[in-house]
Amino acid sequence: MKGMTIIVKTISSWVKVLIFLFGIYIVLFGHLTPGGGFAGGVILASSYVLLMLAYGREFAEENLSLPVASKLDSVGALLFAAVALCGLCCGAAGFFFNFIQQRWFAGQDRAFDLVSAGTIPLSNIAIGLKVGASLFLIILVLSMFRPDTSTNEKE
Amino acid sequence: MPYALCFLLFIIGLYCAVVKKNMVKIVIGIMVMEYSVNLFLVMLGFRTGGTAPIIGRDDIVTGGTLTELFINSSVDPLPQALVLTAIVISLGSLALMISICIRTYEKYGTFDITRIRRLKG
Amino acid sequence: MMERTVRMEMPIFYALLLFMIIATIIAVETKNLLSSVICIGAIGFGASLMFLFLRAPDIAITQIVVEVLGLVILIRATISRDRTFITGDREFFGVVVSVVVVLVIFLAGIKVLETLPPFGTAVFAETAGAASQTYVREGLEKTGAANLVASVILDYRAYDTLGEATVLFTSIIGATVILRRKSRKLLEEPDI
Repeated sequence: MKGMTIIVKTISSWVKVLIFLFGIYIVLFGHLTPGGGFAGGVILASSYVLLMLAYGREFAEENLSLPVASKLDSVGALLFAAVALCGLCCGAAGFFFNFIQQRWFAGQDRAFDLVSAGTIPLSNIAIGLKVGASLFLIILVLSMFRPDTSTNEKE
Repeated sequence: MPYALCFLLFIIGLYCAVVKKNMVKIVIGIMVMEYSVNLFLVMLGFRTGGTAPIIGRDDIVTGGTLTELFINSSVDPLPQALVLTAIVISLGSLALMISICIRTYEKYGTFDITRIRRLKG
Repeated sequence: MMERTVRMEMPIFYALLLFMIIATIIAVETKNLLSSVICIGAIGFGASLMFLFLRAPDIAITQIVVEVLGLVILIRATISRDRTFITGDREFFGVVVSVVVVLVIFLAGIKVLETLPPFGTAVFAETAGAASQTYVREGLEKTGAANLVASVILDYRAYDTLGEATVLFTSIIGATVILRRKSRKLLEEPDI
């Protein structure tokens, strides 16, 4: 994978920033507008996949290597579980209890604010991190696969 | 009637997964079945002349309660939420199936499942 | 105003469904594997438009991006594989039996679908005491999120999302294990 021509490289170096910003916007505003952690995570992954397709796998691996991506994946999953566990600790209702909204902001009219909805934006960020890192990992692993020559010689 | 067309999509996917002997064709059949099931679930929650389940500023009376118009015209958010997770899961399972296909191709040099069976002996 | 949009949208649904069915038939029946994969992309984008007209913008966004990544994965699998053309079909008897069974399933399914309420009535929301009504009525007050789908997936039904995260994790582990390069060497080395 040497990458594509200079036209594709130049255009994608501009576009990848916009795609990344759009992904962050979709994740952060997931509780107000259409979108959320799933869509935003896939968009974040697709910006890195664009980088990988245009510049070759090595360049994308320098930016976000495989161990870092798998750590991000685990951090996202742990963050989501931690938000759920905080609901267990801070409220009487149990796992996944929306404690911020129901404890501190109960009765306040904060609809359509960016900081609203309690734990939902935090969970959105965690899910976006997890989905983005996992899908990037899948494509990275698929593109790293080379035909195993040793088995062919053996048989 | 749209339900029947959606079910026809499912049936074509099932035919593809059962009859074809190319591994990638089988994966494609499974994907078509996933699409049709997602579509069917969202269709079940659709309401004629409805609005998307996203609350705007016009839908709120003073005091934080919703207008009856929004409650009676909003489409069902529950199937949409279930389908949203199912779509991302389908991408993960697609990657798993494709990796099995690639591994099999490297091992046997073909996508044909009948020849794979013959090689196994 | 509302009457006109209602009359407008049924032909759109039929046109999109027919487009998806035609694309599926081409994807199933074509001999070239690459064009069949591209037809899968057509089905996915048709489904995305369909979700948009079914008032599900969240799913439309997710579907369109997932479709792009899925196409990248599928093309990665089919391109530069030289023997992707497979001619001939399975044994005649097996094909006939499969087609008959599929047809029987189709007829039975059509019979079942006739018992459903007509298209356009929200089946779950119309039922008395259904959970959907609670979500629509109390979603903003209880969770504070204007997007009701987000309030369902991350607050009311967050266990579903937790299960989704687990399934995604497992599928990545499976793909990594299947595609790793040094499988044979690692198996021969003794455990430390």
